[in-house]
Amino acid sequence: MKKTSTLIVVVGLVAALQATHASDITGTVTLKGTPPAEKEITPLKDDPNCGKLHTTVPTTHFYVVGPKGELADVVISLNGISGQSTGASAPPVNLDQKGCEYLPPIQAVQTGQKILVKNSDPVLHNVHTLPAVAGNDEKNQAQAPNGPELPFVFSKPENFLKFKCDVHPWMFAWISVFDHPYFAVSGKDGTFKIANVPPGKYTLQAAHRKAGTATQQIEVKAGETAKLDFTLEAK
Amino acid sequence: MSGPGNNCWLHRLALLTALATLALLGIGGLVTSHGVGLAVPDWPNTFGYNMFLFRPSKWLGGILYEHTHRLTATFVGLLTTILAAWLWVRETRSGPRWLGASLIFLVLALMGARNLPVYVGLAGLAPVVVGVSLYQAQRHPQSLRWWGIIAFAAVILQGVLGGLRVVLLKDQLGIFHAILAQLFFVLVCALALFTSKWWQGEGALDPRPALSLTWISRSRRRQSALISVEKKLAPTDVGGYTLRAFSPKCEVFRLRVLLFGTTLLILGQLILGATMRHQHAGLAIPDFPLAYGKLWPAIDPGSVALYNQRRLEITDANPISASQIGLQMAHRILAVLILSAVAWCAWSARRRFGREHLLSKLTLGWLGLIMAQVVLGAWTVWSNKAADVATAHVLVGALSLATGAILSIVSSRGLVLAGGPAAQPRLAASLTETAFGPSASAIASLQ
Repeated sequence: MKKTSTLIVVVGLVAALQATHASDITGTVTLKGTPPAEKEITPLKDDPNCGKLHTTVPTTHFYVVGPKGELADVVISLNGISGQSTGASAPPVNLDQKGCEYLPPIQAVQTGQKILVKNSDPVLHNVHTLPAVAGNDEKNQAQAPNGPELPFVFSKPENFLKFKCDVHPWMFAWISVFDHPYFAVSGKDGTFKIANVPPGKYTLQAAHRKAGTATQQIEVKAGETAKLDFTLEAK
Repeated sequence: MSGPGNNCWLHRLALLTALATLALLGIGGLVTSHGVGLAVPDWPNTFGYNMFLFRPSKWLGGILYEHTHRLTATFVGLLTTILAAWLWVRETRSGPRWLGASLIFLVLALMGARNLPVYVGLAGLAPVVVGVSLYQAQRHPQSLRWWGIIAFAAVILQGVLGGLRVVLLKDQLGIFHAILAQLFFVLVCALALFTSKWWQGEGALDPRPALSLTWISRSRRRQSALISVEKKLAPTDVGGYTLRAFSPKCEVFRLRVLLFGTTLLILGQLILGATMRHQHAGLAIPDFPLAYGKLWPAIDPGSVALYNQRRLEITDANPISASQIGLQMAHRILAVLILSAVAWCAWSARRRFGREHLLSKLTLGWLGLIMAQVVLGAWTVWSNKAADVATAHVLVGALSLATGAILSIVSSRGLVLAGGPAAQPRLAASLTETAFGPSASAIASLQ
């Protein structure tokens, strides 16, 4: 009994120590080259119900690039890690349908983490998931205007799992699913931060739907923030 | 196939069914072209409503196309049911008549139950019914009622396939749904032909010449007699008449084979097209007549990944694959083959029968359709698969297949030589003897 309680205390101390020494990985993603011009989403503009939700003609968002080449919507993750998902206890992630567009279009979640899809539009949408990995279920559910949120959970890791609306076929969102919590999505300023990474050597991957993928090695030291920048090339 | 006499209202119903089917094909094409096949996620209901009670104010976006498609399909199903029942009642008497009609309307009532297991059961029976009906149809070649039953079974199967594609979320079912739609359209066009006054023989699209040498496939004795006729004679002007002579069995058979073979090529092309469209990956090759700037595109994994990365899709977001690029190239090559084959058919018919002959005119029209189809195919690529252009391409493809099938049927029935104005029987016999020799005069038939 005494030995058991001692063991528990030691394990707890080690975990606490690790947490104390867990570090962050930060960085910036930039785009090299000139991206192709975004396209006007003419079907959205021409739709009598969706068109009036916009004052300007909406465009695609293949490359969201800042003035200095900062690239948004890049999914950065640690490679080669699995079975460490805390998705079941993680707070749900929100995906909204607003102006007949999915917002945000790019996200990342853990396996088992809930995705709550909301319809903020005054029109009916249907939420159709199109997973490519066996074990992630395809679903197609109607969602009334301002109706109850629809929950989705995926159990297998998958890159850029697609959500679409079949009523409004230009509507897409892509959600990457990971089996661990060490990932981030770059913001409009191109920056990202992966928090609480245990010390060690890792392969860090940056993936963009159109600009492609890049990997780099990184060493995370206890108590120190590791910094790594990525440059992706426009195709 | 002719059945007991001509009924113009039956023919009009068959024609209406064919036209409604063509419209249905167009709306179905729009559904796929717009990528909204799953805009209504349930079936046979529509967002939980009875589909006939779903308010028009809710027909928004993709729902408009999909719901209209379902309503039109119901209308085509109803027309086909009436057509099948009419053909059955018309050709049967007493017990079999009422049993058959009752069964048809019982099945129609079951379709109204809106119960998925019932639908799946009926669809499962459909291939059996088609098989039995085909057997009966070939045993009773003069009868049309079994073809009506085939159409009825096919339309039920087609409806259920479409519904299952929605509830099971299977793209592969969409491919079968598209192919069966084309075959069904050919069938109803054939029924419209068989119920026509022209086919029944009471009239003719061309004035019947007084002098003719008719080769009729029904009579074996006539076939064997015709074999002995001289193989080839030049056109001869005799006393103001132009007589074109040929060895009917050999040359007509060759033309029939050519027509039928070309129709099969078109069917293969439509299967390729349906496979491409129902993978929902958009344009696998974005340029024409080159493919990614080359005569033959690179399809290694690196190149395909680059194509996907460079593609800026708005509505089609399934990634393209090497196999899809291969399919598109096969589609283009087959298009060239079909154009050549149809041109050959038109040239053969014109060379053998002259430009005024029915077959010559029809094959020339067929060539016009195929040329329009080639232009539409190119335009589909250049317009980045604009929904209306892509749908027109589907429709003209359906018309091309139906035209080929009708030509094959018409050519298999028998051919009439071009002749001059009304001639005296004695003169006709003399001309026949001059053209074909003494043995032929006994088998010439004057009309």
